Amino acid sequence: MPADVEDLVQESLLAIHNKRYTFDPSQPLGAWVYAIANYKLVDFLRRRGIRESLNESLENIGELFSHSNVEAAEARRDIMKLLDQLPEKQRMPIVHTKLEGLSVEEAAEKTGMSESAIKVGVHRGLKKLASLVSGR
Amino acid sequence: MKTDDLITMLATGSGQESIVNPWRNLMLAIGFGTIGSTFLMVKAIPINPALGTVMQLLEFWEKLGFAASIAAISLLLVIRLSQPGVRVGKALPALMAPILAIWVLAGIAFAGAEPGQRAALFFGNTWKVCPFLITMLASPVFVASLWAMRDLAPTRLRVAGAAAGLFSGAVGAVVYCFHCPELDAPFIAFWYLLGMLIPALAGAVVGPKLLRW
Repeated sequence: MPADVEDLVQESLLAIHNKRYTFDPSQPLGAWVYAIANYKLVDFLRRRGIRESLNESLENIGELFSHSNVEAAEARRDIMKLLDQLPEKQRMPIVHTKLEGLSVEEAAEKTGMSESAIKVGVHRGLKKLASLVSGR
Repeated sequence: MKTDDLITMLATGSGQESIVNPWRNLMLAIGFGTIGSTFLMVKAIPINPALGTVMQLLEFWEKLGFAASIAAISLLLVIRLSQPGVRVGKALPALMAPILAIWVLAGIAFAGAEPGQRAALFFGNTWKVCPFLITMLASPVFVASLWAMRDLAPTRLRVAGAAAGLFSGAVGAVVYCFHCPELDAPFIAFWYLLGMLIPALAGAVVGPKLLRW
């Protein structure tokens, strides 16, 4: 099985290289890479005809990729792209309280917004982000 | 080969080959496919002799607009479905817009007609051949676009095949407009749509086999 994983990684890398024309720089890189790796995994399983694996939910394939330490950096780049789509008064509260780890008071002080405005901004911003991520 | 070696090889570009831009190939395929299907129409089923007068009628342009807008939207679908991780987004609901529009026009035509004339509006004179001729005219675009899509990276093969099929059907319908003598909206709303759906279905069937990469 470790050999299979290595095969799969190599196949995905080759595919990423050969299909680089299909990457649109305005889209998140993570989603593109993930979709290729996901496709290669499904293709691999289908070729092997592993019925059990096919019937299993595809959600747990996330574990295959999540040990990589580059993922955090990629996630950060993608989240920044998504955050840029939020209005300022939602983006700043999220950046301060969720990414920089400031408290609500500190964030309020830093931005000059009221504390309740910070809370509302975080709430609405996260909601908006969730809908952006799920594509609705 | 070890993964690290592969990464080094890919990064340093040894074994590099000149890659033709696959997007250019797709556009070429569509261009040649359309020329092929036009050629097929002129040779196999000639241009409508009354085309000059027919082209002055609004109904002709409704028909052409219907087919052309489905072609445009399904081309967008083909492009999006050929890129991993890109969402189809609003292209799928947008596809319903021209279909609903022609159905509304068909409904108006039905409502304004005498009950005895409705069958004539729906069947015209050529309903038996229309969907099959559209499918035939779609075939060059069908083959060409599936061939070009193989070099891109569709990840949902069945849907991608269906989109390519629908696109080829819509291009076939556009070309067919220059032969077809029918002008009534109810006819277009059903038989033209059927003619586009046959290649779409064929695309969905062969997609998973042909588009694998």
